[in-house]
Amino acid sequence: MRIRITVNGRDLDVEASAGETLVEVLRRLGFKSVKDGCYTGTCGGCTVLLDGRPVASCIMLAAQADGSSITTLEGLARDGRLHPVQEAFLEVNAPQCGFCSPGMILTAVALLRRNPDPTREEIREALAGNTCRCSGYVKIVEAVSLAAEKMRGRAGDEA
Amino acid sequence: MKHEGVTVMAGADFRVVSKRLPKVDGRSIVLGEARYTKDFAGEDALFAKIVRSPHAHARLKKIDRTEALAVPGVELVLTHEDVPRIPFTTAGQNYPEPSPYDTFMLDSKVRFVGDRVAVVVARDRLTAERAARLVRVEYEILPAVYDPEAAMREGAPVIHDEPDATGIHEASRNIAASIYAEVGDVDAELGKADFVFEHTYFSQYEQQVPMEPHVTYAYLDESGRLVIITATQVPFHVRRIVARVNDVPISRVRVIKPRIGGAFGVKQEVILEDLCGHIALRTGKPVLMELSREEEFYGTRPRHPMKLTCRTGVMKDGTITANEMRVIANTGSYGSHGLTVPSNTGSKSLPLYRARAMRYVAEAVYTNLPVAGAFRGYGAPQGYFAMECHMDEVAREMGMDPLEFKRRNLVRAGDVDPIAVKLGEGKEGFEREIRTCGIEECIRLAGGAVGGKEPPGAGSGAGPFTRTRRGVGFALCMHGTGIPGDDMAGATVKVNEDGSFNLLIGATDLGTGSDTILGQMAAEVLGVSLDDVVVYSSDTDFTPFDVGAYASSTTYVSGTAVVRAAEKVREKLRLVAADLAGVAAESLVFEGGKFRTPDGRSLDIRDVALKSFYGESKQQISETASFLNLDCPPPFGACFAEVEVDLDTGMVRVTDIASAVDVGRAINPDLVEGQIVGSVAMGIGYALTEEMLFSAEGRMLNASLLDYKIASSLDLPDIKAFIVETVEPSGPFGVKSVGEVGMDPIAPAIANAVFNATGVRLRELPMTPERVLAALREAGL
Repeated sequence: MRIRITVNGRDLDVEASAGETLVEVLRRLGFKSVKDGCYTGTCGGCTVLLDGRPVASCIMLAAQADGSSITTLEGLARDGRLHPVQEAFLEVNAPQCGFCSPGMILTAVALLRRNPDPTREEIREALAGNTCRCSGYVKIVEAVSLAAEKMRGRAGDEA
Repeated sequence: MKHEGVTVMAGADFRVVSKRLPKVDGRSIVLGEARYTKDFAGEDALFAKIVRSPHAHARLKKIDRTEALAVPGVELVLTHEDVPRIPFTTAGQNYPEPSPYDTFMLDSKVRFVGDRVAVVVARDRLTAERAARLVRVEYEILPAVYDPEAAMREGAPVIHDEPDATGIHEASRNIAASIYAEVGDVDAELGKADFVFEHTYFSQYEQQVPMEPHVTYAYLDESGRLVIITATQVPFHVRRIVARVNDVPISRVRVIKPRIGGAFGVKQEVILEDLCGHIALRTGKPVLMELSREEEFYGTRPRHPMKLTCRTGVMKDGTITANEMRVIANTGSYGSHGLTVPSNTGSKSLPLYRARAMRYVAEAVYTNLPVAGAFRGYGAPQGYFAMECHMDEVAREMGMDPLEFKRRNLVRAGDVDPIAVKLGEGKEGFEREIRTCGIEECIRLAGGAVGGKEPPGAGSGAGPFTRTRRGVGFALCMHGTGIPGDDMAGATVKVNEDGSFNLLIGATDLGTGSDTILGQMAAEVLGVSLDDVVVYSSDTDFTPFDVGAYASSTTYVSGTAVVRAAEKVREKLRLVAADLAGVAAESLVFEGGKFRTPDGRSLDIRDVALKSFYGESKQQISETASFLNLDCPPPFGACFAEVEVDLDTGMVRVTDIASAVDVGRAINPDLVEGQIVGSVAMGIGYALTEEMLFSAEGRMLNASLLDYKIASSLDLPDIKAFIVETVEPSGPFGVKSVGEVGMDPIAPAIANAVFNATGVRLRELPMTPERVLAALREAGL
């Protein structure tokens, strides 16, 4: 079947088979930052933003995304400028193996859009669906806090 | 002296080393551009799916592949009849490996539920999976054995009855390996002691759960050479093993490790490469093999479950006279790392306390369960769970404060590790002098950061309907740095015209950041910034040999090779600079990336580099150095944990935890903290939730991330990490290691905290609510 999706601002008309999951289609289209670590929606590596909400693209059929706008990590930086969450992850050395980072960063972006000043507990709660085996989450939580600070600072500058 | 977040016991000023620099691969990761093994596979890649045994122990009587082959898109189905029968070990270790050669690419017998039966190769994953279900196998089911002690008894089914396996200690009794090491006279010293204490502990099958499951992509290049891109810790061992089992020369195989999504030991193993390489060679087509999350649990190499018994003789004043550990390790159905993991259990944990006599006795036993292997700590976390709980128990039974008792007997700088010579990696070891020891500082930092707020056993006052108790526990540890006599690493530094350098290393970055810290070391020696060092690693065609990333060796062993190569390049550049300046090379002082002449002129290393290509004597300066490790300086650690135990549910929650590690020197403190905190998180899982469970027929019951519980961000407190620097004289810039040591003290610290909270001793891991509740009930709480 043919589905229409917008990925990172590009409108795409894609052929997908009935049983194909969204992660498979996105990876096939070349969005390799979307990771498939479990196919049961438990590791969070396949997280993408679907109309702004983080979803596990491994337990969603591609057909269900028809008509949606999708952001993958490849689409987060603007004109070569990192998003504040990306900057913060880099600055505090939050990624270790980096396999969970795409999903982790996108989940954090969605959190900060909804809640620009989260507590550490709220950050931990938001990230609970994204599993990391390397870090023990400390530097990831720190990075999200720092990103929130950066974004509030910039919003203040603009105002 | 102190720099931010790091306690330094001897200082030095560096420009690049000791700095919190972003990882060299950090930008590609946060941009989503980092490429992992599977990302290299093209649309044309075949997919190979392993057909796995539903039985724990059986012979393959007949395999009918007709139906599978009839599925459109299926290329071939391979069984033991089709592939070379060459015994080998999947363990990625130095040649000849100390693990028994008891494994075959495909065999006529299966030895655990999930063992390889056949492999189906098809145009895509879905087709391969569908066809795999249509391979009809007739089994002759054999009696199976799951308990190591039962497996050693007379009449137990013999798991390795094949005549062509080699290196098995006693196949007829299912003993893969056997270890005995003694210093002094343990029996005599136990006899002289005022008290003798003995306790037995049990540990479980734990899986590494890297976020990226095992994946391998193999193809033939234009000259017909086999190229294997694979998620591995040991690219050079993979090349050698794949060449051997496929009977092709090493020169016809190239192994590349791209970015990998975590490893923790489970990728120190040939899980897919032998077969994937075989299929590429056979078909001439590109092939992808990737384990599902379910297969990742039972089809790889989890941590050895062990039964450990500690016996210790103590004088009235608290001095230990003799210390003994006896271990029965379950190696599962093959003996990969079967000798060396249990060796390490003793050699890492026994030397922590002084004793006139020590003994270590272990057996690694085959059972019809998944194959155990290398997992962060490599046997030491089991040893420390037993040793550090046992010492806590001994102290309490003697009416002494556990910290005071341990301090009285702790190893100190200047001591010679008595058991290192007797207990190497499956052979005699090397003498080990302890030159640096920061354990007191570790105790001070971690101990000062946790607990002390409430008396042990106090209720938390969580609410009227909950009865909880709080307590604090601690554990100490020492580890090692590489395998003396075995670990060798090479590094090449090549000069470019702009004064940048290529650093080519066989070392294998697993996400640990070794590319970054090795780059920092080279930059420091060459007086340039990290941006001027282009790091390329883990490609057997283009980088020098390195044993790979295991045994906490990379920073120390590969680091020494990097420093040596960089120094050789710097000295070659000095000669060029001397020529240019018209002075004697010895008169030049190198500082901050500049050669200074005695008369005050200075030559920038960038200009010198350019002149080396285009000056009078044109040359390519490129130097390779290697380092053979003959030492094993121990990092030390201390973990303090505060827990809350729910008396009605048995649930244990870690409310506060701190870990301090004497790493020698932190080349990049961010990355060192990442290792320490990550180890604590993994250790909490080992202590409380992670356990592979099996049915009575040996089938794994919880092979999913829903049923096998690793910690999420909500399950962990803000883990506190402390770095202590003691500056090890034998290490480059004073480093020891950090990759594994942090794993050792976590489970015993938590078990000791549970005892402190409740007075109830848990001697079996993990401390699940079921086990804790049963123990609480037994104690009448």
